[in-house]
Amino acid sequence: MEKSEDAASKAMLKEAERLDLTTIWDRFAAQSPQCGFGELGTCCRNCLQGPCRIDPFGEGATLGACGASADTIVARNLLRAIAAGTAAHAGHAKHLAHTLLKSAAGRAPDYPIRDATKLKALASRLGLAVEGQEINEIARQVAETALLDFSEKETPVTWAATNVTQGRVETFLKHGVVPTGIDAAVSEAMHRTHYGVDADPVNLLLGGIKCALADFAACAMGSDLADVLFGTPQPVVSQANLGVLKPDAVNIGLHGHSPILSDLIAQVAHDLDQEAQAAGAAAGINLVGICCTGNEVLMRHGIPAATHSVSQELAIITGALDAMVVDYQCIMPSLATLAECFHTRLITTMPIAKIPGATHVEFCEENGGQAAREIIRLGIAAFKKRDANKVNIPGHQSDLLAGFSTEAIVGALSSVNKDDPLKPLIDNIVSGNILGVCLFAGCNNVRVPQDQNFLIMAKALAKENVLLLATGCGAGAFARHGLLTTAGTVNYAGEGLKAVLTAVGLAAGLNAPLPLVLHMGSCVDNARAVQVAVALANKLGVDLDKLPVVASAPEATTEKAIAIGTWAVAAGLPTHVGVIPPVLGSSLVARVLTQDIKSLFGGYFIVETDPLAAAQKLLEAIRERRAGLGI
Amino acid sequence: MKEVFVRLDRCQGCRSCQMACATAKSKSKTLFGAITETPRPGYRIYIERGNGLNVPLTCRHCDPAPCLDACIAGCLYRDEQGLVRRRKDNCVACWTCIMVCPYGVISRGKEPKIAVKCDRCHKLEVPACVQACPTKALVFMEAAAFGAEIRKNAAGVLAQASDLGRKG
Repeated sequence: MEKSEDAASKAMLKEAERLDLTTIWDRFAAQSPQCGFGELGTCCRNCLQGPCRIDPFGEGATLGACGASADTIVARNLLRAIAAGTAAHAGHAKHLAHTLLKSAAGRAPDYPIRDATKLKALASRLGLAVEGQEINEIARQVAETALLDFSEKETPVTWAATNVTQGRVETFLKHGVVPTGIDAAVSEAMHRTHYGVDADPVNLLLGGIKCALADFAACAMGSDLADVLFGTPQPVVSQANLGVLKPDAVNIGLHGHSPILSDLIAQVAHDLDQEAQAAGAAAGINLVGICCTGNEVLMRHGIPAATHSVSQELAIITGALDAMVVDYQCIMPSLATLAECFHTRLITTMPIAKIPGATHVEFCEENGGQAAREIIRLGIAAFKKRDANKVNIPGHQSDLLAGFSTEAIVGALSSVNKDDPLKPLIDNIVSGNILGVCLFAGCNNVRVPQDQNFLIMAKALAKENVLLLATGCGAGAFARHGLLTTAGTVNYAGEGLKAVLTAVGLAAGLNAPLPLVLHMGSCVDNARAVQVAVALANKLGVDLDKLPVVASAPEATTEKAIAIGTWAVAAGLPTHVGVIPPVLGSSLVARVLTQDIKSLFGGYFIVETDPLAAAQKLLEAIRERRAGLGI
Repeated sequence: MKEVFVRLDRCQGCRSCQMACATAKSKSKTLFGAITETPRPGYRIYIERGNGLNVPLTCRHCDPAPCLDACIAGCLYRDEQGLVRRRKDNCVACWTCIMVCPYGVISRGKEPKIAVKCDRCHKLEVPACVQACPTKALVFMEAAAFGAEIRKNAAGVLAQASDLGRKG
C-alpha cells in the first residue's frame, strides 16, 4: 500500500528511509496486527476487575465480569470517545472565552476586539443588549455568557440552542438530548459510563448524542470567539505543501489548533525580519502552518500551509524547519525525537500540553506579544545551527484560495443578489445545477494512503455537481493537491456546478470561478458549515434533515472527529466515515448508528472504506433528499 | 520442519491468536467480516492459565497422534507435510478424538457438527496465530532452532547464577 498520494510526502518518506528515520508509518507497521477486541470495541477497562473482553466468535466470554454485554461495552466506549472529543473542543473554546474576558477587562492588551460587527451580531443572537453599550462591555457579557455555557444550568447550552433550526430544537427536546452545560455533558458521559451506571446501549447512544451536541456548541463558540478576537476570515490567496519552506528564511511552523498564540506570532513576525536577516536569513521570517493552527492563520493572515495531520513529522525531515511551535491537539509526541535528529527547536507553549524533549515557553494572554517574540527568537537562534547539508525541501506547492467563512460565502453570494444572497444558491439547488452539498472534514489516518479518499471522493462528487466545502486537515488535503483553486473547478466540476462557481466568482470580482472546494477553516470551524445549512433550511422553511446536504470524514482519526461526526448525524446529515470505527463488536450499536437513528434524527452514519463506493452512497443520499423535497 | 512453539514466559493473554485463528478460518478472511458470518468461524487455539502462566495451547500434530489412532471414521489423517488434518465429510461426530487428545485442543464444531482442530494454516507460510502474536510468545520455527534458543537463554541464566560470567 502506498503511504501517501502526496508528492512532497513521498519525497520526504524516501528521505526518511535514506536517513533511517522512523515515522508514523513505521510505528503503525510495528503495531500490526492490532488487537481485535480493541478494533471491535469490545474491550472494557472501566474498572479494576478488567480488562474484560467479549469473544466475538461466541466461544468464550459473552459478558464482562460485571455482566456488561458487548452492546453495553461498545456503547460505553463510544460515549467515552465522544466525551473526550467534546472535552478537547471545550478546552479550546473556554480558552478563547477567557481570553475575550481578559480583553474586555483590559488585562490582555495584545487582544483587542478585531471584529466588532461580529461581536454585536453574536451578542444579539445570544439575546444580550447591544444598543448604546461600549464594545468592551458587550465583549464582557459575551465572554461571561460563554463561560456560563460550560457548567450545569437550568437552560440549554446557548451556543447549541441558538445555532440550529427550531425543528432541530424540538427534535432534541423530544429525545431528551439537550445539553445544559458543555463541561456538564462531558462529566455526565463519564458518570454514566462508570462501573455500574448506564447499561442500556440505546440510552448510552442517546447520551452520546447529547454530549456531541455540547461538542457542537463548543465548536461554534470556538469559531465565533476567534472571529471576534482575530477577525472573521475573508477570501485569501496563499500556497500549500512543504515547498512553502524557504531555504533562505527562518522557517517557523505553527502547529496545533488554537489561534490565541499563533495569531499573535503572525501579527509580530515581520517586526523581527531584521533580526532574522542579521542571523543570515535573507528572506527574514517565514511562518508556515501545520494542522489546524495552520488553518487558523491561513484563513486570517494567508500564511501558507506546510502540511497537516499524518505528515506533520515530514516538515522536520526537510531539515529546513527551524522551529515548530505547538499549542494543543493532534501534536505527535514523536516530533521531539525527530527534532533531535535535526536543528529544529520544538517549542511547547501550553501548560496542559508538554512533550519530553521539547523546549517549553509558557504562554499566557497577559504577556502574549512578548511570548510570541521570544518564540520567534528561539527560531532565529535555531536557524544559525541549521545544517545546509541536511536541507532537502521538496519543490512541491500548490496555490490556493481559502478564507470562506459563513460571512465570506454569504458575501460572495450577495454579489450575485444583494437583497437575497441565499436565493442564487437555492435557485441552483432547485434547478439541479447544484445537486447537493458535501462537507469534507476530519483528519488523515495512517490506515489510508494520505489524501487518497479525499481526492477520489471529491472528484467523484464534483463531477455530479455537488458543491464541496472543507475544513481542517481535509481542507489541507485538497490544498496540497490544487483543489482549492479555479483550475480545480475547471478540471473537475460538472457543468452545472462549474456554471454556478463561475457566475459567483465573476460577480464577486475574482475574474475566475470560485475554487472547486471552499475552505471554511479549521476542524473547530465545522459549525460554520452548519450555519450555512441552517440559513438554507430556514429560508426554505424545512428542517436540516430534509436538505440535500451530506458530510464525510473519509480519513478520520481523532476522538474530536467522532464527536463532530455524531453531531453531524444529530443535525440530520447522512455522514460518511471512511475508516471503521470501533463499534462492530455490537451488531446492535452498529445497526442503530447506521440505520435506526435515521428515524430519530434524520441523519445516520455511512461506514464505507472504498472511496468510490462511498461517493456513490452519498450521491444516493443526496438524491433521496432531493426526491423528498420534490426537486 | 517448522512447528508452532510457545515461549512460555511471554503470553499476556490478549487472545489475539484466537481472533486471528477464527478470522483465518472464515470465508471473508477479515475480522469485521468473520464476526458477521453464519455460522461464525471457530478458533482452534486456546489460552489456559496454568501455574501462574498464560499458556496458549494448540494441536501439536503429535506422531503418533492419539486422535488419529482413535479416529474410527477415517476423518483424521496425516498429510504429506506431517500435519494431522481432517477429511471433513468423514467425521461422524463420535468425539473420540476429543476424549484422547492430551491437550484438549479438539472441539465440537457449531455447524456442521464435526470435530474442529488446527491444521496449522497449511496454506499459509506462517500460521495466523503466530503472525498475530504481539509479544512473539508464539513462534514458527524448526525444533532444533527453538531448542537452541532455549539453550542460549539457559546458558545465560546459568552463567549469571554462577556469578562467573562476564558482566554485560
